[in-house]
Amino acid sequence: MRRPAVAVVSIGAALALAISACGGGNTSSNNGGGAATAAFNAAVGKIFDPSDKKGGTLRFANSGDWDSLDPADTYYGYSWDFIRYYGRSLVMFAPKPGSAGNELVPDLATSLGVPSDGAKTWTYHIRPGIKFEDGTPVTSKDVKYAVERSLDKQTFTQGPTYLNDFLDLQGYTSPYNDPTPDKLGLKAVDTPDDLTIVFHLIKPFSGFDYFAMLPATIPVPRAKDSGTNYKQHVVSTGPYMFQTNNPGKNFTLVRNPNWDPATDPNRKALPDKIEVQLNVNADDIDNRMLANPPDLDVAVEQTGLQAAGQAKVLADPTLKKNADVASLARLWFAVINSDVKPLDNIHCRKAVLLAADHEGYQRAYGGPIAGGDIATSLMPPQIPGARKIDLYNFDANKNGDDAAAKSELQQCGQPNGFATSISYRAERPKEKATAESLQQSLAKVGIQLTIKPYPLADYGKLYAGKPDFAKNNQLGIIIYGWGADWPDGFGFLQQIVDSRVIRPQGGNTNLGIKIPAVDQLLDQALQTTDKTAREKLWGDIDQQVMENAMALPGIWAKVLLYRPSSMTNVYVNEGLGGYYDFVSLGVKQ
Amino acid sequence: MVRYIIRRLLATVLLLFVVSVVTFAIFYLVPRLAGATPEDLASRYVGRTASGQQVTDLAKKLGFTDPLWVQYGRFAKGIILGSEYNTGPTTVRCPAPCFGYSFITQNPVWPDLVDRMTVTLSLALGAAVIWLVSGVATGVISALRRGTVFDRASMGVALAGVSLPIFFTGLLSLSIFSYRLGWFPGGGSYVPITQNPLQWAHALVLPWITLAFLYSAAYARLTRAGMLETMNEDFIRTARAKGLPERVVVLKHGLRSALTPILTIFGLDLGLLLGGAVLTESTYSLPGIGKYAVDGIVNNDLPKVLGVTLLGAFFVIIANLIVDLLYAVVDPRVRLA
Repeated sequence: MRRPAVAVVSIGAALALAISACGGGNTSSNNGGGAATAAFNAAVGKIFDPSDKKGGTLRFANSGDWDSLDPADTYYGYSWDFIRYYGRSLVMFAPKPGSAGNELVPDLATSLGVPSDGAKTWTYHIRPGIKFEDGTPVTSKDVKYAVERSLDKQTFTQGPTYLNDFLDLQGYTSPYNDPTPDKLGLKAVDTPDDLTIVFHLIKPFSGFDYFAMLPATIPVPRAKDSGTNYKQHVVSTGPYMFQTNNPGKNFTLVRNPNWDPATDPNRKALPDKIEVQLNVNADDIDNRMLANPPDLDVAVEQTGLQAAGQAKVLADPTLKKNADVASLARLWFAVINSDVKPLDNIHCRKAVLLAADHEGYQRAYGGPIAGGDIATSLMPPQIPGARKIDLYNFDANKNGDDAAAKSELQQCGQPNGFATSISYRAERPKEKATAESLQQSLAKVGIQLTIKPYPLADYGKLYAGKPDFAKNNQLGIIIYGWGADWPDGFGFLQQIVDSRVIRPQGGNTNLGIKIPAVDQLLDQALQTTDKTAREKLWGDIDQQVMENAMALPGIWAKVLLYRPSSMTNVYVNEGLGGYYDFVSLGVKQ
Repeated sequence: MVRYIIRRLLATVLLLFVVSVVTFAIFYLVPRLAGATPEDLASRYVGRTASGQQVTDLAKKLGFTDPLWVQYGRFAKGIILGSEYNTGPTTVRCPAPCFGYSFITQNPVWPDLVDRMTVTLSLALGAAVIWLVSGVATGVISALRRGTVFDRASMGVALAGVSLPIFFTGLLSLSIFSYRLGWFPGGGSYVPITQNPLQWAHALVLPWITLAFLYSAAYARLTRAGMLETMNEDFIRTARAKGLPERVVVLKHGLRSALTPILTIFGLDLGLLLGGAVLTESTYSLPGIGKYAVDGIVNNDLPKVLGVTLLGAFFVIIANLIVDLLYAVVDPRVRLA
């Protein structure tokens, strides 16, 4: 029922935009900013309109609702970007453009974590002088309490579970069930003094600093913790604090008088005020950013312009000067399901990879600007450790290599091809277009695909992500997409290639990649504290998956962002997943 | 009359019970019939790295592992007697009518509904006044001047109004009147009437007109058709023969008779709108019941959807009851019993 309505809405929106042709484009006038001239991609790899000018109100809008403002319960990428306005975790991604943003830098802590015991123990020292918004000093116990409450997945259901999975919990579940008087009974975290915190893991993990970057390490004062209601007013440690919060509607942040810039080398805190509107029509958000003067500064979700806005910006050279194409740490791909015959044979899997039309895949996602680059392996290039892997010459044969595919079919014992099914998420027209493109390109070598759409909400739980269902329904090719929680080999690869995360009952993110050598390499990487050596292992894992032809890489995603002329100090931060770095943004005066 | 109202109110309670059972079954029973387990349902409300144990525990916490009748009983009890919910460190009381807690935001549904009701009421009532007055007036004049330029033009505009969807006219009006001309504030500018009545009205002018444009078109056509039929009736001829002024003939005899079907459809329309003007609220980013329902559906937030459905059903039933009572006022031939 919903799909046609959405399509009609989109067409209506496109027509409305086309007819209205509102406001001309804006080049920067640089009031209060530097002397920047707007240009396409001017905020990619560099800062557009650098500024230290403070003041003004920065206006955000979100087409949906926040998952949660509570640091224990949030998992949206934009939320992890935004939360740094009012919360300071132990470490954070460097507030720098381009690949420099991939580096972790200390935030609440004085330095990155110090590993010991073969990377099973990690120690952080907290900067002195950091206070909550009420003036109370932040101590290591506040960080420990925050970590403890984030472990309670019955209360805070939506947050990531990395700390649950890696800390040596010894049965600890929640501070709300904690019998100790101070509710700090978690043995996996020590606080030997007020400025030191030590994490004990059940297994070595060389990348623990990424966990220390999670909002779960943003301190929470126990006296102010109201459980699921804490999100109504999170007690700030960052440069801004909540002034108003109307759930589902809007909230406002104002300067936190107890934030000391001397303790914070990472945040410029330029605007005086930050306003956020929730549940705003997505096309209206585009309209407001494109208006002259802009009626809105930032689309908080950072998923790019809608189709109508996209077409308008790309067609207007003046507007295009205010656009940036950001690379995301996200891959659109298809799993080749080796549970389904004859795809248990590697040559048949290779035939699929070789016959696929990669440009068709790219077109399905909107082309090179709005969609992304043709992927030749799993890891997006901006993830440290990614190296160029093109075992099947996708770059040279963008529309497939039929001769090589037929040769593989011969070796597979299926010289005339074979029949199988391809699944996609029914609510996603781009995935439908991908399925149709693959159906056409694979048919050229005799591989007949039956297209099977399944509901998005239950795709991983009941259908494609449930091994028995996928096998019984002959889902040989499963269209999917994956974005890293952070740009790191572990964050990107583990959930989609580790065979041990596949659960028979469904709900999987690994939809069928099962390679023992890959599992071993993952374990090896977790214990490798040397950064360079570890990053090489991520590349090795990528290579293994491609050699085994277990996945057809489609597109390394890109997104078309719009940069209204009202903002200064704008740049795309790769560490944040290709978003504008919110905490650096300023307002043109 | 009083007995009639009491009987209808009792029927309303019964009808709401049926609606609640059917809605509950759609969201809780149908997935089970399709093979979904309690864990499948619970897995919609966890982060993507959640373990199987976490999902199992949450399924238990949300009550999905209980028999369906137990789950429904808990829901119904919450509405009648209230309920209690665990926020982590404390347990809070959710007083009746407690429509449950959102699975996503973990906020109680009822206060959210009440809060958003003011937005939807503001939108629906304002638009209803406009469309009723303009639609009926246009319809009457068109009928009286059948075949004239006015008649053809107004019916042409009416046809356009019925044909153009709100997400088109809404976005177009925002683009022109808000972002280009700057006459009205953009989407999401709603302020409560208690905070600033002028800003409240200013922010709602475009949504009112857009919504009224759609409805008044239908009302104009309906009124015109009704008036054309009525004005040919014998009693109109009689009224004219008695020497009554034309104004009295038209308004007291013609329009009054033609209003009955208008009232019927007005009751339904207003009731439905009070249950959420989904497209208008979404287009203008108004935080009303309709937008709340959309959020609930998109996020599989069942308590929200259940709450909105019941509230919507309530408004439709009550609006129809009021319309039935008004029949007797409008048309002397109707007697309630």
